[in-house]
Amino acid sequence: MMNRRQRRHLEERFFKGVMRLSLFLALGVLGLIIVTVTQKGIGSLSWSMLTKSSEGGFYLGKEGGILNAIVGSLYLAAGATALALVLGLPVVFYLHAYIGKSSLANAVRLAFDVLWGIPSIVYGAFGFILMLMIGMRASLLGGIITLALVELPILVRTMDEVMRMIPHELTESTYALGTTRLELAGILLRQTLPGLVTAVLLAFGRGIGDAAAVLFTAGYTDNMPDSLMRPVASLPLAIFFQLSTPFPEVQARAYASALVLTILILVISLLARLSLRALGRHVIR
Amino acid sequence: MTIRTATHLSIRNLDVWYGGQHALKDINADIPRHQITTIVGPSGCGKTTLLKSLNRLSELNTQVNVSGQVLLDGIDIYDPAVDVTEVRTRIGLLAQKPCPLPMSIYDNIAYGPRIHGQKNGKMDDVVRTHLQDVELWDEVKHRLKAPATGLSVGQQQRLCLARALAVRPEVLLCDESTSALDPISARAVERLLDRLKENYTVVMVTHDLAQARRLADYVLFIWLGEVVEQGPARHVFNQPREPRTRAYLAGEIG
Ligand SMILES: Nc1ncnc2c1ncn2[C@@H]1O[C@H](COP(=O)(O)OP(=O)(O)OP(=O)(O)O)[C@@H](O)[C@H]1O
Ligand SMILES: [Mg+2]
Repeated sequence: MMNRRQRRHLEERFFKGVMRLSLFLALGVLGLIIVTVTQKGIGSLSWSMLTKSSEGGFYLGKEGGILNAIVGSLYLAAGATALALVLGLPVVFYLHAYIGKSSLANAVRLAFDVLWGIPSIVYGAFGFILMLMIGMRASLLGGIITLALVELPILVRTMDEVMRMIPHELTESTYALGTTRLELAGILLRQTLPGLVTAVLLAFGRGIGDAAAVLFTAGYTDNMPDSLMRPVASLPLAIFFQLSTPFPEVQARAYASALVLTILILVISLLARLSLRALGRHVIR
Repeated sequence: MTIRTATHLSIRNLDVWYGGQHALKDINADIPRHQITTIVGPSGCGKTTLLKSLNRLSELNTQVNVSGQVLLDGIDIYDPAVDVTEVRTRIGLLAQKPCPLPMSIYDNIAYGPRIHGQKNGKMDDVVRTHLQDVELWDEVKHRLKAPATGLSVGQQQRLCLARALAVRPEVLLCDESTSALDPISARAVERLLDRLKENYTVVMVTHDLAQARRLADYVLFIWLGEVVEQGPARHVFNQPREPRTRAYLAGEIG
């Protein structure tokens, strides 16, 4: 018969095992994705692929590259994140400065949670219908607006949570020094900056990886992006189109493109981590 | 025009509500200039509420309603014409739980003087003097640029005291400011408060009756949101008039 102490010990070990297993599975899947993409794509990854645009026939196996999709994706995601910030920051400030913990604020939060859960193809269709109505064609601008709508709930809800984590004591002891509201905002910005940067990165990551939202709204082109009103290529769609061809060498290029996208996101995350370490040095916990 | 009298802060018919809850009822008291006034009373009687009403920090909570007057040298701090940042500059607060600003040790002290217009030239001196005053200088002089969060709770509390003093307030409100400290840091803060009263008016909340007896010149005893008894410390502690004060001092309530 086990005594109580042994039983609790065993429980502890069991649950620790379960947690380790989950962690291992999650990391394993991630590792497998990276290994597969690298294995299948590294062979086709060439310098010209990164430095040339598609120039017609690339998807049939001819010469060229995906520079147009890389640059297009960066434009789309950066534009969308900037637009989402412009739309989202006032919402976040309004939530905190004026309606705080009221039921209206909670209704707003619920609404954004629902928006977060809507699949991006729905945003894509919505954006497309809207563009048809105003007579706009698939373009960089259309893609940016639609992607901004996809990113907005992520940005608003993540920033909202970051702001909610501000200790009440910090506000109080800052005001106790005779600060104005603006000076307080400066202090709170120092406190929340790492979290806000993380929110922006999450939104950016979602935006750069999304295919469905830009399918109809940004279109696709073999050329480099040159105007807000013209179609633009993007990495997720480049991967999608290359994968759907019947040619094995083009499919291999899809994996190479996926590798590029993965490395792009990895580099951005790493840079952010590094900057966060500097930014977060003084944050109160 | 300000009139310098023996009374520095005068509380007149002060009522405070949290929503429907009447937390402070018709408080009247005269806080003497350049003395230590201690507020004592059982937990939940309204001590923190009173303290935060004295520099308008209570209005950060939108549920709070305040009526009555708090006169700082004869001028009502609740007068709409009065600038709230000036009120809080002249009446500083040291909270119960230390909360450094998200910046370095040095900047924590320098922040207040900077926003109030002190030039950076003499800042090193300002920072050093205030850290020396709270007996923290020797512990931190080699890591002034390090994050303030790296300090122990006791060190953080002394840092927050130095930060409050660097703003050069006239009145310093302290909410159980030594309760998070080890006995040695607590005594350091007590010594400092005792020294400070030459130039500052101190109002402190404490649960530590021994500490109140050591430091207090004037005492307010609060019970369920009302001032039950107030007066010079030796009267209240040695010959309390009210039975409830006697019971509290004997440790029977609270
Ligand atoms: N933010 C708040 N919202 C609602 N009620 C509050 C709030 N803060 C305090 N109260 C209530 O007001 C009364 C006085 O609280 P206060 O914090 O001033 O007491 P206190 O004397 O400082 O107690 P303690 O010695 O435990 O710190 C209590 O009944 C408390 O429940
Ligand atoms: Mg209290």
